[in-house]
Amino acid sequence: MIPALLNPERFMAFSRWAAPMLGLIALVLALGGLGLDFAAPPDRHQGYSVHIMFIHVPAAIMSEVAYVCMGVAAFLSLVFRQVLATAAARAAAPLGAGLALLALVTGSLWGRPTWGTYWVWDPRLTSELVLFLFYAGVMALELAIDDEARAARAAAILALVGLIDLPIVHFSVTWWNSLHQGSSLTTPGALPGVYLTPLLMMVLAYLAGFGALWLVRIRAEVWRRRAGALALRGAAA
Amino acid sequence: MSAFALILRREFGLSFAGGGGPALAIGFFLAMAALLPLVVGAEPGRLAAVAPGFAWLVLALASLLSLERMFERDYEDGSLDLLALGPAPLEVIALAKGLAQWLSTTAPLAVFAPLVAIGLGAAPSLAPISIAAGLVGGVSFAFLGGVGAALSLGSRRGGILTALIVLPLFTPPVIFGAGAIDACAAHLDWTTPLLLLAAYSLAALALCPFAMAAAARNALS
Amino acid sequence: MSFDFDAGKYAAFVWPAYAITALVIAALVVDSLLRAARWRRAAQTAKPDDGR
Repeated sequence: MIPALLNPERFMAFSRWAAPMLGLIALVLALGGLGLDFAAPPDRHQGYSVHIMFIHVPAAIMSEVAYVCMGVAAFLSLVFRQVLATAAARAAAPLGAGLALLALVTGSLWGRPTWGTYWVWDPRLTSELVLFLFYAGVMALELAIDDEARAARAAAILALVGLIDLPIVHFSVTWWNSLHQGSSLTTPGALPGVYLTPLLMMVLAYLAGFGALWLVRIRAEVWRRRAGALALRGAAA
Repeated sequence: MSAFALILRREFGLSFAGGGGPALAIGFFLAMAALLPLVVGAEPGRLAAVAPGFAWLVLALASLLSLERMFERDYEDGSLDLLALGPAPLEVIALAKGLAQWLSTTAPLAVFAPLVAIGLGAAPSLAPISIAAGLVGGVSFAFLGGVGAALSLGSRRGGILTALIVLPLFTPPVIFGAGAIDACAAHLDWTTPLLLLAAYSLAALALCPFAMAAAARNALS
Repeated sequence: MSFDFDAGKYAAFVWPAYAITALVIAALVVDSLLRAARWRRAAQTAKPDDGR
């Protein structure tokens, strides 16, 4: 499957049906997940605000998954100089940044009723903030360099550096938090089944949704390059 | 003299030319130190509590200041092209640049920062750990900063872009260094965070030259 | 299956969270689809084909 995906023609054929299908899967899972979400009773400790968990946790998880996708695509674009890889890296960035932003906002709102403040230096929220800044850096760098090929390569290098640094950031923030006995967003102990099912469905919905949008954006990139290349050829003719 | 030593000497010399090495960063440090009481209030207890952490943070920020020197000048006057074509691999040159940056900027600051912290009221007993954290952490700041500087070559936003790229990467060393200083102040185990900081700095020293070289090659292409 | 929409005192946090999520996701979807449509058109006007 990988060689098929590395060839632009075959990728376009693949994504033509894959993207809408993933979108449909995402929609169905989201509807089911949200349905179960609001059918579930309020939590003993967190009350009704537990419902925010169903949109915070998927966003947080997917913002990390998206960064890994972006990092791997960046690596492939640097090592193999594949046009599709470059397109994939560039396409993933805004999606991941949006997800990180959602994770931060929903996380803040989730914590507010419990702690009375809009922000706590919870290790996961702090890591999420740093992740968002990583995204911002990659996107800002790409925008700041005029030459498109150079900009893409620079952003790819930064994305890779960030990918390597990300686990260390997680570790350092968790370590710091354990020292300062900070608060934690997750409820201690195992998640009751009535919450687990909708949560899993939502996570899968976000995953499928990311997949669909990522494919759509890569398709847009491929067409953009084609349009540019053809315009050049037309101008030269 | 080996090629590496030659390059190191060149870089070190350049970083002191036109502005005396750490002088700018030290000046920045003093200015920030003067502003802190104006912001936090001059009450000694409060200042003393904040001082060591503040000094550490400003150390990290100040090491961003002289980053332009690392690549920008060579890039603009064509020396970077020559260096890239020369016998030494660009990775070795990047290593030399990183070390020169550390020796000329972050290391002197590492010694100077505790003095400022003491001036702001921090306990003098924290000076050794602050210097150690500054010297060790300074390697991270210099090399990560170098990656940022190399990546933003030829870009339109220069300084502030480099800061945006580099500051999130600074998160682990900043946490470990502050952790070491805090632990020492609380008479807890400061060796663990210091070792973590050392591990991170070693990794930065080993890996960043590759990123710097790749970024420099990209900018020259 | 009954749905519990009575948020009580948490309403000020829960509904804005859902609203912002819906907004950002909608924006990402719309932007992605518009982008794809736009460049598909541009690629086709430059060279008309079956639009694969």
